Amino acid sequence: MKKIALAKMKENQKGKVLEIAGGNSIENKFMSMGIYPGREITKLSHFALRGPVTIKTGRSVLALGHGMAAKIILEVE
Amino acid sequence: MIKRVFLIGNPNVGKSVVFSRLTGVQVISSNYPGTTVEITKGYLKLGDEKIEVIDLPGTYSLEPSSKAEEVAVNLLRESLPGESAVINIIDATNLERNLFLTLQLIEQGYPLIICLNMCDDTEHRGIHIDFKKLEELLGVAVIPTCAVTGVGIKFLLERLKEIKPLVENKLTHEGRWQRIGVIVDSAQKLTHRHHSFREMLEDATIRPLSGLFISIAVVYASFKMVRFIGEGLISRIFDPFFFNYYQPLVERVSSVLAPGSFLHHLVVGELINGKIDFKQSMGVLTTAPYIEFAMVLPYIIAFYFVLSILEDIGYLPRLAILLDNLLHRLGLHGFAIIPVLLGFGCNVPGILATRTLESKRERFIATTLISIGVPCVPLQAMIFGLLGSFSGFYVGGVYLVLFSIVIITGILLNYFIKGYSPELLLEIPPYRFPPIATLAQKLFFRIKGFIFEAVPIVLLGVALINLMLYFNLFDFVTGIFAPVIQGLFGLPKDAVVALVIGFLRKDVAVGMLIPLGLSAKQFFIAATLLAISFPCVATFVVIWKELGLKELLKATAIMIGASLVVGTVLNFGILH
Repeated sequence: MKKIALAKMKENQKGKVLEIAGGNSIENKFMSMGIYPGREITKLSHFALRGPVTIKTGRSVLALGHGMAAKIILEVE
Repeated sequence: MIKRVFLIGNPNVGKSVVFSRLTGVQVISSNYPGTTVEITKGYLKLGDEKIEVIDLPGTYSLEPSSKAEEVAVNLLRESLPGESAVINIIDATNLERNLFLTLQLIEQGYPLIICLNMCDDTEHRGIHIDFKKLEELLGVAVIPTCAVTGVGIKFLLERLKEIKPLVENKLTHEGRWQRIGVIVDSAQKLTHRHHSFREMLEDATIRPLSGLFISIAVVYASFKMVRFIGEGLISRIFDPFFFNYYQPLVERVSSVLAPGSFLHHLVVGELINGKIDFKQSMGVLTTAPYIEFAMVLPYIIAFYFVLSILEDIGYLPRLAILLDNLLHRLGLHGFAIIPVLLGFGCNVPGILATRTLESKRERFIATTLISIGVPCVPLQAMIFGLLGSFSGFYVGGVYLVLFSIVIITGILLNYFIKGYSPELLLEIPPYRFPPIATLAQKLFFRIKGFIFEAVPIVLLGVALINLMLYFNLFDFVTGIFAPVIQGLFGLPKDAVVALVIGFLRKDVAVGMLIPLGLSAKQFFIAATLLAISFPCVATFVVIWKELGLKELLKATAIMIGASLVVGTVLNFGILH
């Protein structure tokens, strides 16, 4: 087990959310969209030059900016 | 008895489709989060009662994070207890995520009924929902529907009568997700399905390399299709109609009114070489209808046909991912591409759509860029129709200049405006293929909107122009602006009138350039300036309403500055 930011994960890698290192409002927003500690996430793709990251959580596919992806810390195998 | 029903749910679950089904009021719906940015009201009949139905912009929770969501949540809060009820619309293909808002609504004590929408889309995705069980677990009525085809709407209405609030304990966010986990585990069964072609395509469009290739292909194909349909309609339907059937009619009008008379000048306009010329005569019954129906309308049809397909399939959010990086440099994020694309149809809905952007800074940047660098269909149709006959090279030139202006202005605005812009956080919907009838309905709705809004203004506008020309009222304005127009932009001083008219309608303004006998270069400069300078009056009013007078003035100053720079650079920069 090791800790890694979503932005640093490899494509198609799975992980469990440990914490969201951001303010309250961003945490709430993630929370309402289904990203919260304990939740399993699969990273789908990553765009070059600090571009957006796409993930799958439950049945939703979400796209988030690089900065946001850097704030989500996950636990991976 | 309830007097009011709110439709609330996550973005992109089909609230607007349910709204149309309940009230019979047509509204635009698409397959991307944030189609609805305004509150739409309508009425439904329940027995003898008339109930107000309110379609709210989508929201993920009762803690709003954009202007559109804020509007939804505030209106719901202000509603009177006892008089209003809530229909919570849920996307059955994504039950888990949708239930977060549902639980919040139940906890707040809103009288609630659940419309489990898109039920037709679950089976082949391997989702089986036991809605009786779901009803039991949540304690509120759950009605499975498929709003696009209308299935289940009748039951929804029946159960609306027995709606009542529940008393529930408030949960923490984590507690809520835990409870959702329990509910979903017992009410939903998933069976494993092999990846379908659709899912493979969904996946390929969000990967960098394949996504880029697909997007280039999609944008190219869309552009070609708009041109193909637009030109096809003009040459096969609208032009033959005007020349074979309409022309003899106005010729009779012309001979009755006698050329040279005041009324002839107003209604038929000038005769060119003794004949009516639909492009140049400038009469209320000649050029006005020809511009609107034979030059602009075909492209309106073509553009909205292609846009509606892209919207309903759900491709646009994928374009947002691909463009996120570029738009970031302009102080926006990927989702801003949706207001921009809508702006290509007409700037007004484009600017309204910026409500889905989170901050005021982003809204200002997006609005300014749309009004400077995004030409609407009427303007583009005229550019294609007229500049295209000179050379395709110049048509491409207009787009290239506009694109460069958007990029440069965006970078400057991002640099100079204080604050920062939030990042992209967007749900990517699965591809959906709506029935053709739905698509046709939406297209028809938009075309009707265009005809009712544009045609009266164009007829009145041309009448006004003719009156002013007849009494030489333009001389004053021409005199003031002539030094700039002639000296800096290299245009004849009569072009002032056209540029001023651009404030009224862009298509008529381009039409007014025709009789001036401009060279290709002059036409190119004038058309580009019409796009960059003031947007039309309708757009002006919308910017004022959406952003306030101060921001409108700021945007206007930027537009004037950009016009001066671009006009001068093009005039002195292009040889021959």
